[in-house]
Amino acid sequence: MKNLKRIFIYTFLSLAALVSIFPFLWMLVSITNKSVDVTQGRLLPGSHLVENMKTLFETVDIIPALTNSAIIAVITTLLTLLLASLAGYGFEIHRSKGKDIVFNILLLSMMIPFAAIMVPLYRMFGSISDTAPLFGIDSLAAVILPTATTAFFIFFFRQNTKMFPKDLVEAGRIDGLSEIGVFFRIYMPTMKTTYAAAAIISFMNSWNNYLWPLVILQSPEKRTIPLLISNLGSSYSPDYGVIMSAIVIATLPTALVFFLMQKHFVAGMMGSVKG
Amino acid sequence: MNQPSSEKSKLDLPVSLRYKETKREKTGVFFKKKVGWLFVIVSVIAITIFNFYPMVQAFLLSFQSGMGGNLEYTGLDNWQRLFSDPTFIAALTNTSIYLLIQVPLMIVLALIFSVLLNDPKLKFRGFFRIAIFLPCVTSLVAYSVIFKYLFGVDGIINQFLLNFGFISETINFLADPFWAKVVIILAITWRWTGYNMIFYLAALQNVDKSIYEAAKIDGANAFQQFFQITIPMLKPIILFTSITSTIGTLQIFDEIVNITNGGPGNSTISISQYIYNLSFEYTPDFGYASTVSYVIVILVVILSILQFRVAGEKK
Repeated sequence: MKNLKRIFIYTFLSLAALVSIFPFLWMLVSITNKSVDVTQGRLLPGSHLVENMKTLFETVDIIPALTNSAIIAVITTLLTLLLASLAGYGFEIHRSKGKDIVFNILLLSMMIPFAAIMVPLYRMFGSISDTAPLFGIDSLAAVILPTATTAFFIFFFRQNTKMFPKDLVEAGRIDGLSEIGVFFRIYMPTMKTTYAAAAIISFMNSWNNYLWPLVILQSPEKRTIPLLISNLGSSYSPDYGVIMSAIVIATLPTALVFFLMQKHFVAGMMGSVKG
Repeated sequence: MNQPSSEKSKLDLPVSLRYKETKREKTGVFFKKKVGWLFVIVSVIAITIFNFYPMVQAFLLSFQSGMGGNLEYTGLDNWQRLFSDPTFIAALTNTSIYLLIQVPLMIVLALIFSVLLNDPKLKFRGFFRIAIFLPCVTSLVAYSVIFKYLFGVDGIINQFLLNFGFISETINFLADPFWAKVVIILAITWRWTGYNMIFYLAALQNVDKSIYEAAKIDGANAFQQFFQITIPMLKPIILFTSITSTIGTLQIFDEIVNITNGGPGNSTISISQYIYNLSFEYTPDFGYASTVSYVIVILVVILSILQFRVAGEKK
């Protein structure tokens, strides 16, 4: 009976693991195969890897898309880290009744569905397109700004700040540091783990964001990676080997970030809900 | 998470110095209150501009109608149009189906995985954990495209089912209204189950082991332990994950667009996709699109309150 139960559990988990991993394996195998082989469900590695990569880099604008995505993701992440940690720190360390009320109002914005504000945002950026084209429709700034400040990350930093020893703030003040100085000189270096976790989540969100860039970016040379893949995926005569190569290249950065910083990621996710 | 303690010792100051500080602190109270606002002000302004202000704008837009920029107030016309708009009704029905089937399915699966993987005697725990979490590193667009190919007419799933004799001829999954919905539900579940599992696993580590031992002595079997200890202990985190999953699934867009593009017909279209189509695919009707978008807002609010209520009552 005990053995039967154990066999059942291992079979169940192995199946779940297989289902979870299979699309990845297929993706990795497919970048080495010809388009025909991919459609025929070939599960063995082929010898077409170099050709696929060559076709990808020669016929698809993957380099500009990668560059755009990287610029957007890095700037968004840096802005998010700075603004959200300042706010999370302010709400927790300089706590006051008024600020608690403001904080709770900000949290409500987490319930706002993006689809509900997408049209007004589009019109807002449209209205400044003529006077400030660098911030208008089809600009990288327009992609970054609405996504760089979210209540989630403020909440995230505030929750993690609860574990930050308050006497460090006092100590800093005695050492003659200004309030801002305490933040930059003491808080920031102490909270490295929290920053790392927030950076991973923010980078992944931005790198993978689809709907807002789809709405606001119009010229093909501004396209980000998800827009490019979506485009390739819906083409009428798809070269599957090439599309798979693009997907693998697009997934590599987030997969790498995740594996290198796995511990921070899980710790950070939990820190945000432990409360 | 405990890194601050190491820094602490460096900055620990003699008590005599601390005494001075309390004196100075009193005179600086007013200034300190003000300086606190400096830390939060940029975020408060940004969230107001990029979240709250557009919400108000969308509300006003929902009472306006017209093509592109030529909008005028038409009262409740848009809201009445909702009830007789077959595409909207299809979008609402589909989104509800995704929500009602996918969220419970995923949460139950994630709970089962987390309980099984929490057993310290289990072998290959680390491997199973990483394998099940792995789908979370993919972008929504990328995995959607992969699922589209996996479930294609000549895709691997069809070949597998054929070869093992489960079916006698290929199923055109994505061209069939029923199967297309199934594929979308499977896809979302594949992507997000591991994500939710991590939350439960971490919460389980905080559950006192002695409770389970006491239950075992009292003769409770595995199922009783699961329903009477694990579920109640994890209630807050289950509530948290069901609310975030509900909000997420209500807004589903990337998967629909990239797996089925709403088809066949409108049999998989979601509310978010319909809003996008109304604004940017068809002749733009920003007013009506905003009305449809407020339906999601209303649903998010109602469902969140409902889930809080349900979780509260069980106490």
